[in-house]
Amino acid sequence: MNPNPADQTWIDILIGNALVIAVLLVVLLSLAAVLIWLERRLLGIWQDRLGPNRVGPLGIGQVLADMIKIFTKEDWIPPFADRGVFVLAPTIVVIAMLMAFAVVPFAPGLGISDLNIGLLFFLAMSSLAAYSVMLAGYSSNNKYALIGGLRAAAQTVSYEVFMGLALMGVVILSGSFNLREIVEAQAGGWYIVPQFFGFVVFLIAGIAESHRLPFDLPEAEHEIVAGFHTEYSGMKFGLFFIGEYLGIILISAMITTLFFGGWLGPWLPPLVWFCLKTFFFICFFVLLRAAIPRPRYDQLMSFGWKVMLPLALVNLLATGAVVLVLEG
Amino acid sequence: MVLARRATRADLPQEAFTGLFGDIAVAAQDCADAIPTFWVQPADICDVLRKLKSQGYEMLYDLSAVDERQRQYREGQPDADFSVVYQLMSFSQNRDMRLKVALTGDSPELPSCCDIWPNANWYEREVWDMFGIRFSGHPFLTRILMPPTWEGHPLRKDHPARATEMEPFSLPPEKLEREQDALRFDPESWGMRRSGDSSDFMFLNLGPNHPSVHGVFRIALQLDGEQIVDAVPDIGYHHRGAEKMGERQSWHTFIPYTDRVDYLGGCMNNLPYVMAVEKLAGIEVPPRAQMIRVLLAELYRVASHLVFYGTFAQDVGQLSPVFYMFIDREKVFDIISSITGGRMHSGWFRIGGVAQDLPVGWDKAIGEFLDWMPKRLQHYQKMVMDNSIVKQRTRFIGDYSSAEALDWGITGPGLRATGFDWDYRKQRPYSGYEQFEFEVPVGASGDSYDRAAVRAEEIRQSLRIIRQCLDNMPEGPYKAFHPLTTPPPKDRTMRDIETLIQHFVNTTWGPVIPPGEACAAIEATKGINSYYLISDGSTSSYRTRIRTPSFAHLQMIPLISRTLFIADLIAIIASIDFVMADVDR
Repeated sequence: MNPNPADQTWIDILIGNALVIAVLLVVLLSLAAVLIWLERRLLGIWQDRLGPNRVGPLGIGQVLADMIKIFTKEDWIPPFADRGVFVLAPTIVVIAMLMAFAVVPFAPGLGISDLNIGLLFFLAMSSLAAYSVMLAGYSSNNKYALIGGLRAAAQTVSYEVFMGLALMGVVILSGSFNLREIVEAQAGGWYIVPQFFGFVVFLIAGIAESHRLPFDLPEAEHEIVAGFHTEYSGMKFGLFFIGEYLGIILISAMITTLFFGGWLGPWLPPLVWFCLKTFFFICFFVLLRAAIPRPRYDQLMSFGWKVMLPLALVNLLATGAVVLVLEG
Repeated sequence: MVLARRATRADLPQEAFTGLFGDIAVAAQDCADAIPTFWVQPADICDVLRKLKSQGYEMLYDLSAVDERQRQYREGQPDADFSVVYQLMSFSQNRDMRLKVALTGDSPELPSCCDIWPNANWYEREVWDMFGIRFSGHPFLTRILMPPTWEGHPLRKDHPARATEMEPFSLPPEKLEREQDALRFDPESWGMRRSGDSSDFMFLNLGPNHPSVHGVFRIALQLDGEQIVDAVPDIGYHHRGAEKMGERQSWHTFIPYTDRVDYLGGCMNNLPYVMAVEKLAGIEVPPRAQMIRVLLAELYRVASHLVFYGTFAQDVGQLSPVFYMFIDREKVFDIISSITGGRMHSGWFRIGGVAQDLPVGWDKAIGEFLDWMPKRLQHYQKMVMDNSIVKQRTRFIGDYSSAEALDWGITGPGLRATGFDWDYRKQRPYSGYEQFEFEVPVGASGDSYDRAAVRAEEIRQSLRIIRQCLDNMPEGPYKAFHPLTTPPPKDRTMRDIETLIQHFVNTTWGPVIPPGEACAAIEATKGINSYYLISDGSTSSYRTRIRTPSFAHLQMIPLISRTLFIADLIAIIASIDFVMADVDR
């Protein structure tokens, strides 16, 4: 990219953006794949066992082996499934997640789009991802998948509400929906301190949105076999997998951006800070899976509406009041 | 050689039974296990059962049958082609009673006692399935262990026992058609409705292959949303005909089969079997052998409960504990394999003792394990039982009262979880359990959480018993000096011809056990497990009845899971602790 914005022609911008998008796509997709290996190794360590450690150094070659396996598997569609929707469903989650990365500010000047409503765009994309699960459950024409899809619909729709509300405190403090401006507004102090409750609600809603254990009810294997993706195999199943891990990276990146000062930090380059913080939360997600049992579906719902919603609302009101008092 | 005196009914106070039956005529029979046994007329059986239930025999412990047509030693018993055997258990008076009904003809019939004890339902179905004895008034008399298309009744003496006795298997198209038709799910024939007042129900086929049914177990669910309207368990997918095998194997060679009945209980399964044979043979087991048996039984109890504990946590969505617990279990198996050479199925007990003496230095590894385990249990307590989500998921889920438990034949931790303090090892000590100090943990509410908590505490108590074995292991022989001990002690075989012959015969043909009937029960990992053996004076058993706890426990699932959610059903299944091999045998 041309370092001086004033000299850039539209071709420069186009090539620059295309380059960034291409690099990001490659990096994100391979990260998601590596994350599968990382999760298995971390779980191995925490569960007192080895995990995949045979292929290549530290077992990292497992990623490649898994990819070859999943690409060469028969691409099978059950005859009783709703063909069109069945194929479409897994692509939605991957597309929505990748789109959401467009607004993530990785470092000053590094990112695809500096959207002035970046936060809303992120919320919209993560809502769209819910369709993927619902449609998969519906189109599979399988009872376990249907139950999984229904659970997913109820869960994501409910937790969406608190997720949005939890972020409004951050918006009040920074006075912007633009993610870059939100990061820059944290130069004086990360929002984790004034927005602690907002952070807690967002974190929990984030887990529910990415349906990871303990909130993996749509695919709870002990209850409904594999939930919404019971009928999926091969690369279509792989897309759900990639989508889930992209979701983890996305939520971790958003936590970093919104509450932990994004790229801000001393000594190290901004991008390294951003990656380190994000990596920390990714590991946290994996740890959760190793540690916490799964609540029941109705317990999850009542926890959401009876605890999370009031907490998010009180947080919003309190933040608003404090800002009004300080400014007025 | 001293033969232990065989206890008979005459040892019991006779007046205890006078008046028990009112004016109904019964005939007494002597059995080697000293359980009072009476023959009742088929028409009177329900009256007698009802009467006995009201007089303190709370549990229909077992219900089975015997094909009497080829039996030779039946002195003093009424003529019968088949006999149906009811075994009742009184917890309040701590005694048993066995009732027998003689039946004649090729398709005998008997009134059903399902309205007296609900758990008679499955037992009667099993007797119908295995012997072709009809129970009139039974609500749903269909096959239970065999496939619906099976021809014949397997435990009848004229039914072939091995594939080589039958025509080679073939599957012509019309048979295929018939088999597939039989598999088609029809809710009405399972006693379920297709729609309710306001909604159509969804039928979910949970199993026989499902991640959380612990083997091949099927439950047909009638769902309203995710709520369970009705659940109908379907068993038999793991049926291997262990009882039929018992009639073909020699007394000795059947021992390894028992290991596989409750495959998590290892050679603890041998115990009720060899104890029953020893009762028949009149063998008294030396103290060292008894304590070795207790030691191994308790090690297996720890191993089995660890599997339960881990999978219980896993089924409510906690993925890690099972890995930690399997590591501990592996330590138990290291100890067991250093003693027996086997891991899960060591088959180590023998008629009259155990296979070999303990190896030199056996106590070292056990001592280390006993120091290691309590710390781990503390972690697990914090990790699993104190976890608030685990509590939310299992508290007041699938709860039943002590009275219900007795009605349904629930034994073991499932019974103690209701606050009912009854452990076979305490109430009727066997194999020297009276020498040990241990407590019997009980629950309060009989819910899924309590069932897990009782087992978690039982691991600690088992460790206490193992410690006492370690400190007090007596010296002496590990096998009884008795002609029927198998294989017999060998030290004198090369000195005199009598012992040589005895040794030769017992190791080639197997021992000939004197005719008679005996039942021996133990507190197994999952509840009370017993073997009821009938010897007809030959080298193999005439009838081997295996009463397993899990069979009764599964029957209760519909009762405790109605109106709950699928996720609750999984928690209930997890808390029952069954293995399908123990159910189907």
